[in-house]
Amino acid sequence: MKADLTRVKPYGDMMNDGVVQLSFSLPVPVGEEAREAARQLAAKMGLEEPQVYHMTDLGEGFTYFIVYGRCTHTVDLTAIRVSKVDAPVMDFHEINRFIRERIGRKVVVLGACTGTDAHTVGIDAIMNMKGYKGEYGLERYPEIEAHNLGSQVSNEELVARALESNADALLVSQVVTQKGVHITNLTELVELVEAEGLRDRLILICGGPRIHHELALELGYDAGFGPGTLPPEVASFIVQELVRRRDQGRIGA
Amino acid sequence: MEVERKLRLDPQLIDRARRAAAEIAADVDRFIADRTTVAVERTVLRLMGIDGVDAEGVPLPNVLVDRIRELGGLGIGAAPWLINAMLHTGAAPQETAEAVAAGSLDLARLPWAEGEAIRRKGAELAAAGLERIERNRRVRDERLHRLGEGKKPYLYVIVATGDIYEDAVQGKAAARQGADIIAVIRSTGQSLLDYVPYGATREGYGGTYATQENFRIMRRALDEVGEEIGKYIRLCNYCSGLCMPEIAAMGALERLDVMLNDALYGILFRDINMQRTLIDQSFSRMINAYAGIIINTGEDNYLTTADAVEAAHTVLASQFINEQLALLSGLPPEQMGLGHAFEMDPDLEDGLLMEIAQAQMARQIFPDAPLKYMPPTKHMTGNIFKGHVQDAMFNLVSILTGQGIQLLGMMTEAMHTPHIHDRKLAIESAQYIFNNARHLGEEVLFRPGGRIENRAREVLSKAVAMLEEVRGIGLFRAIERGLFADVKRAFDGGRGLEGVVEKEEEYYNPFEEALRHQLGLSEREGAWNESGSHAREALRGHDE
Repeated sequence: MKADLTRVKPYGDMMNDGVVQLSFSLPVPVGEEAREAARQLAAKMGLEEPQVYHMTDLGEGFTYFIVYGRCTHTVDLTAIRVSKVDAPVMDFHEINRFIRERIGRKVVVLGACTGTDAHTVGIDAIMNMKGYKGEYGLERYPEIEAHNLGSQVSNEELVARALESNADALLVSQVVTQKGVHITNLTELVELVEAEGLRDRLILICGGPRIHHELALELGYDAGFGPGTLPPEVASFIVQELVRRRDQGRIGA
Repeated sequence: MEVERKLRLDPQLIDRARRAAAEIAADVDRFIADRTTVAVERTVLRLMGIDGVDAEGVPLPNVLVDRIRELGGLGIGAAPWLINAMLHTGAAPQETAEAVAAGSLDLARLPWAEGEAIRRKGAELAAAGLERIERNRRVRDERLHRLGEGKKPYLYVIVATGDIYEDAVQGKAAARQGADIIAVIRSTGQSLLDYVPYGATREGYGGTYATQENFRIMRRALDEVGEEIGKYIRLCNYCSGLCMPEIAAMGALERLDVMLNDALYGILFRDINMQRTLIDQSFSRMINAYAGIIINTGEDNYLTTADAVEAAHTVLASQFINEQLALLSGLPPEQMGLGHAFEMDPDLEDGLLMEIAQAQMARQIFPDAPLKYMPPTKHMTGNIFKGHVQDAMFNLVSILTGQGIQLLGMMTEAMHTPHIHDRKLAIESAQYIFNNARHLGEEVLFRPGGRIENRAREVLSKAVAMLEEVRGIGLFRAIERGLFADVKRAFDGGRGLEGVVEKEEEYYNPFEEALRHQLGLSEREGAWNESGSHAREALRGHDE
């Protein structure tokens, strides 16, 4: 049986069986009432025949459940439009050649973890010399002048450094997302850049485990990259966006 | 603990590594001897019992130290100033501090009492302060004796809600689930604050502020649950950052049991100035030593920036240095939770063999240290099911090689701070594997000349070479050159350098004197009254 793409449902071992697995905790003491509460909750989520397969006491009046059920909802895949970074991905050599031939000067990129965020693993993977998963980081690119400012950089400092180094692109990494602090940080940077009248001159890119392109666009960034992104993906976007803007007369490349 | 020599490691190489590390540490110690910091001096005041904030919310230890600094008087230490004021007013430390903060007592206008009277009062205050810490140590021993504790490796989990009251609930739940150590992760910005926030806090990012009141709230919660389940639950926090020694003092006063305490971590990963934090660390480790607190060091973090296979020897080298620095602060091996980690790429063929080599090697080289073993973080992906298996492999290596403190891996690592059931699943997995393979280590011998033994030997020889290189240039230059974690930091760079103060000849810290005496430490080689020229030479060396 072929899936109806206008009415897509989860698949367990049979088309349209709708099977999903989920796990959660409830702030109620373990017991049959708790099990029934979990079952009813799953039913309210739109699951038919919810089954609590596992229930365990977490202490302090909390209980954990593993639940299966059949999802009753469907989505229409044919109606879905997702914004993606559409710049073709080039490799290390292609990117450097592209810069030499199409831009004709070094591209300046600053990277930082902003706010109080101290987790540099993401920005390091993209920026640092040795890179990530066998792909060199931007510091290794002869045609890119890359500066990794590290962690806990304030937005003000980042903008000041951008002015000082005449940066083309800012990469902002946000790992800590508790209480939406990444949104606050990212929004503040855009506002600052706009207030300084730099928005057209700077390519703004954010990245992190909870970042995706759609969210980035919403926040006023030019691109967003999620976990597993490799340095050439980011570099490819930067250099092509630079050329696109120059061709539109927005930036002096 | 009797550790069998399962891997044939060359004892001469181990000796060479220890000798080089001892010289590296002694060189650092000579540099420290002539200096103090604002944080060390605030710690002295806290140990005298000064707490609370002024009308603007500034902690009193900061108010006093800032005032003394304005007077240009911190080079003799904070203690003489406060004691002189106490001798003048006849009031207790807290009342005296409050009077200074309120402006009703001006330190600059008081005539100086006899030096001998100040020292007599200082010795009295130090004895009283240390007695409070000693009492806590006795309470811990009594509870451990009466309630017992979990088997090693201790199951260590974190709570990180940002709200101390929520942390207390989650900590208690984790204890009921089987955890032995509960660590409260700090709010991400705290390491860079040059003061300790005050009171109970309910807002934080990626963690909860370390405050003395928060320590009390968690201590009470864990004592309560410990009584109910019949097991002593250890409390852990972070004695690091710009307030390192103050937090050591707070932890000692509120009976914490474990403290992250590693200057190298702050230098490399928080860009804290190396002079500042190594001076702070020296005093904080004396406090931790006296309080019976197990320190955890942060070598595992090197592997988040450097590659775990290539940089394995830097972890071992740093463990040797941390061991020697700890000994110079009187910290016994039984309190050294030297850090390392299971951080190799899971896609590597025979990666597990190299992880076993590293863990077993550390076990044999530091037989009495409760090694702190960190779970995979760098190669955790969001595929929670694979992550759970990675953590299981990590648990297996730990029980096979007899690690001391198991930082439980969470399947949701790299996604969010642990949810209440993440901890449960992690504890369940560790309990299953530890119990199911409890004596595996006693049954396994590694093939002489095999892959595991050869890997361990290779890492050890590289560590020796690195330590001998560092000995040649000194720890400060080694950090400047990026020898650890691929991160370079400048001698005069980073945060907190402005808080370093050169000691004057009359410098007096009654607590350091008393702690040195209690811990059986001799006077520093480079101390002023002995041979100050050592330290000055060291300084000149760095000024080139």
